[in-house]
Amino acid sequence: MIAVELDRIAKSYAKGKVQAVRSVSFDVHKGELFGLIGPDGAGKTSIFRMLTTLLIPDAGKATVDGFDIVKDYKAIRKRVGYMPGRFSLYQDLSVQENLEFFATLFDTTIDANYEMIRDIYAQIERFKNRKAGKLSGGMKQKLALCCALIHKPSVLFLDEPTTGVDAVSRKEFWEMLRSLRAQNITILVSTPYMDEATLCDRIALIQEGQILSIDTPQGIIQSFGSPLLAVKSEQMISLLHHLRNYSGTKTCYTFGEFHHLTLKETEEVSDLKTYLKSKGQVGVEIQSVQPTIEDCFMAQMNRRADQNENYG
Amino acid sequence: MKIMDKTIICEQLTKQFGDFRAVDGISFHVNAGEIFGFLGANGAGKTTAMRMLCGLSIPSSGSATVAGFDVYKQTENIKRKIGYMSQKFSLYEDLTVKENIEFFGGIYGLSNQQLRQKSEQLIDKLELGSVANSLVSGLPLGWKQKLAFSVSVLHEPRIVFLDEPTGGVDPITRRQFWDLIYEVAAAGVTVFVTTHYMDEAEYCNRVSIMVDGKIEALDTPGALKQQFSAIDMDEVFYALARRAQRQAD
Repeated sequence: MIAVELDRIAKSYAKGKVQAVRSVSFDVHKGELFGLIGPDGAGKTSIFRMLTTLLIPDAGKATVDGFDIVKDYKAIRKRVGYMPGRFSLYQDLSVQENLEFFATLFDTTIDANYEMIRDIYAQIERFKNRKAGKLSGGMKQKLALCCALIHKPSVLFLDEPTTGVDAVSRKEFWEMLRSLRAQNITILVSTPYMDEATLCDRIALIQEGQILSIDTPQGIIQSFGSPLLAVKSEQMISLLHHLRNYSGTKTCYTFGEFHHLTLKETEEVSDLKTYLKSKGQVGVEIQSVQPTIEDCFMAQMNRRADQNENYG
Repeated sequence: MKIMDKTIICEQLTKQFGDFRAVDGISFHVNAGEIFGFLGANGAGKTTAMRMLCGLSIPSSGSATVAGFDVYKQTENIKRKIGYMSQKFSLYEDLTVKENIEFFGGIYGLSNQQLRQKSEQLIDKLELGSVANSLVSGLPLGWKQKLAFSVSVLHEPRIVFLDEPTGGVDPITRRQFWDLIYEVAAAGVTVFVTTHYMDEAEYCNRVSIMVDGKIEALDTPGALKQQFSAIDMDEVFYALARRAQRQAD
């Protein structure tokens, strides 16, 4: 069953000068946790706003739960939950008042659907009389999620819920999403953090309004295409220069404790070792590693840039 | 003149707001040319600490000098000797690339001749020639951030403060940004940087981690990983930050 379907959706701003979304197509299955992964300006928010019927596409078609996003916008608004990137609850209403307000809007009550939000609301219930504006960032986020869930939506849209959030709160948030997923809600979530991609069932990598690839995280990793090496030494900055200047290097990027390197075909690791030694690198370690989603994203960006050069 | 090698010296620095102690007696020093990672969970007190070091907020107690100037009495001198860039505020969107460079250079007192020369060098280096006369609002985020950083060091400050400079930037541009950081550090500028990307913590010479207003750990990334028996900085951060009692913001 398809929950969300996009068929060549496009949106531009400023009289066509800014092409935010360029012919994007993908499907989200019912009950799936689907991630839209890309940097700021990739078009993630525009896609979310079109799917939640807040913005009309310039071209293409899309459906949510089988309803057309232009023609059937009223039906869609009743069925979906939406948590925008910017906190948009009523700051001068209390936690409980906000929740009641959203329940009432959707013709339901907190009690009727309490089961849906119980685990999340339990974490903020002791602050239920506090004004939403006075909550910490992490608590605001939990309240916003409760408000988006209180009418038991069939599809939940979360636009960059973890942006600007520290590593601990990010982990907590993803744990909440995993348990929601167990309740069979379809979740479409966007994030600029590549490491969160592996927590989704399937992901779309997106850059400059175009989809780079769509697959399971494992599928994307498997399509990386060339062996990846992690290299370190006692002098990481000079090592980076040496690796970039090496004739056998295809790509080289810093990657935390290591530099990630791919070699041109037919290049041997033993030759690289000899080269680094000749450059005076000490304590060199070279190991073969599995690519991360971020490695794949960069590889796809390069591939896309090459294509644009060849055909553009 | 004696060459000063410690550009930030901070002793028991504290900031109290009413009954809330946002920064609770932090002590550390940072060397010239060092890349110093200043990490902490949301609400740990990083921003308040940074504001004191930039001369924007007077401490409640403790002492600190930045580029040799006192954070209580010489805040104007500090502001002239530092650069600052954040994800939220960096450039004027409705000025062109060139106008932004001229505006910020002008504020920091560069002469017209210096400005012309620096502006050309910068546009050349960042390969912005084709958009030099375009509004900043039309540039991709990554270009903006690289330009904003370069503008923040135009007046050759002793220290540059970077507050989450790479948030939301694509992974390739994020790495190009760090190339710029290495370059200024190699030229002797102290880089004081906050980030939510834990791989970037690895690129720092030393890293401090704040929890509930205090610095709970400060060392090289390698030593911190050893100390916490962690495989990466993500684990180190998690081990420390989950102890936090204080709620963010």
